[in-house]
Amino acid sequence: MLERGTMWAIRVEELRKRYGQVEALKGVTFTVARGELFALLGPNGAGKTTTIRILCGLTRPSGGRAFFFDCEVFREPLKAKKMAGLVPQTINLDLELTLWENLLIHGLLFNMPKEEIRLRAEELLSFAGLLERKGDKVRTLSGGMRRRLLIIRALMHQPRILFLDEPTVGLDPHIRRRLWGLIKRIQQQGTTILLTTHYIEEAEFLANRVAFIDQGRIIVIDTPQALTRSLGQFAVDLVREDGLETHYFSSRKEAEKFMMGLDKKGETVTLRRINLEDAFVHFTGKRV
Amino acid sequence: MRGFWAVYLRELLIIWHRLPRMLLSFSVSPTLYLVAFGFGLGKDLSVGGRPYLEFLIPGLVAASSMMQGFGINVEINVARFYLKVFEEFQAAPISNLAYVLGEIFSGVTRAFLSTGVILLITSLAGVSFCFGPGFWSGVFLNAFIFAALGVTSAMVIKSHADQALVTNFVITPMAFLGGTFFPVENMPAPVQIVLKALPLTHASRLIRQASYGEGLNTMDLFILIGLGILTLFLAYWSVDKARD
Repeated sequence: MLERGTMWAIRVEELRKRYGQVEALKGVTFTVARGELFALLGPNGAGKTTTIRILCGLTRPSGGRAFFFDCEVFREPLKAKKMAGLVPQTINLDLELTLWENLLIHGLLFNMPKEEIRLRAEELLSFAGLLERKGDKVRTLSGGMRRRLLIIRALMHQPRILFLDEPTVGLDPHIRRRLWGLIKRIQQQGTTILLTTHYIEEAEFLANRVAFIDQGRIIVIDTPQALTRSLGQFAVDLVREDGLETHYFSSRKEAEKFMMGLDKKGETVTLRRINLEDAFVHFTGKRV
Repeated sequence: MRGFWAVYLRELLIIWHRLPRMLLSFSVSPTLYLVAFGFGLGKDLSVGGRPYLEFLIPGLVAASSMMQGFGINVEINVARFYLKVFEEFQAAPISNLAYVLGEIFSGVTRAFLSTGVILLITSLAGVSFCFGPGFWSGVFLNAFIFAALGVTSAMVIKSHADQALVTNFVITPMAFLGGTFFPVENMPAPVQIVLKALPLTHASRLIRQASYGEGLNTMDLFILIGLGILTLFLAYWSVDKARD
């Protein structure tokens, strides 16, 4: 029996998904605290999107359980869906409809009263800097604007949990940074966010905690700082003819000492701070 | 049934944005059929003691409402596999029935629009009919059945090419053979058995009889109601199966 008032917003237990002979999820387990921004970080095909699709009711699980607060997701799917907002990887807006019409349909799907839809739409369009475009067709928006609209559409019904599936994929760096600001502001308003990404810097910048996921399994979960700290502070990259080799050190002094002792013929040597990608490579044995 | 209105309104808004193009496109086929078969080929023909044109027009209404009803399969297919809008419905707290009915009624709406276009064109040709409840219930049920089949087809068949195959091999032949352009009774007995099993044959007969002011054909009405319930179940089942 689950208690009301638990400190977590999402709890996933032994989630499994099988497509024929392929096991896409092999018992994924994690919890996300209330108000936390939790990132699933992994390469393409790791199981990130499958996890989100199952939690949002788009894909049937093959096994396992999931909870949003005190609601068991697979037993009470309609109740769970009311709590969640989904920003899918693909921009699934109605291009032929206006911005306002897209938000109106979403509001009606979530049974919002018409007046509330109007007020909320104006508030969110203003929040995303799109208010002046509300009567335009979505087809006329740029890629970054469409992404912003996609995010605020998911916020229309004031979900307690927001799922962001690769929200900045394919966007220019400056637009990506603008969206990061938007996502941070959403979290500051108390929304719990589960984010999937394969951009290391995105997870590093946004997430309170990160789960490395690979081949349908969670490898490790911790804060970005703790994950990088576990390797040390500095890294030395040696680019050799047979590939890249990285060494980790707990201080700059140790790293410099190591560099001094190198025979640098035919090698490029770089000293830098350890980042989350180093941690990912260390824990999974591969790059994102 | 909350959610039904959202799904239906989305389709209405799309229709609204495309209305001029859509009405123009609805008018092309019926105009061609009227000119070719009605005024050209059938000018001096009569069927059952009536001018062929009077026989043809209710058949055109039946065929057109079927085509427009079933035509939502293309819209749903695009929404599902290209625009991915279907996922917005899947992630919303609405029942499958609300989604299915929303899509079916959008097909019915298109069917009524196309019927309106045909009636407008034929009224210009000086042909008039009785438009009582029998006529409109025939159009409604016919569109409902084929829109439900359109939803089913869009959920079961996963590519545009295969959708086109269904239209080419099932819907188009039915449009010609379902009592639209000639009386089914003119065909050899074994063929009649097959043609009388087609939903469109019953819809054509119901619409035609009502158009002539000959009252309601209750047998056809009940068959169409039965088929409507059956195809609604099929559509519901197919949407439930659509989650991978």
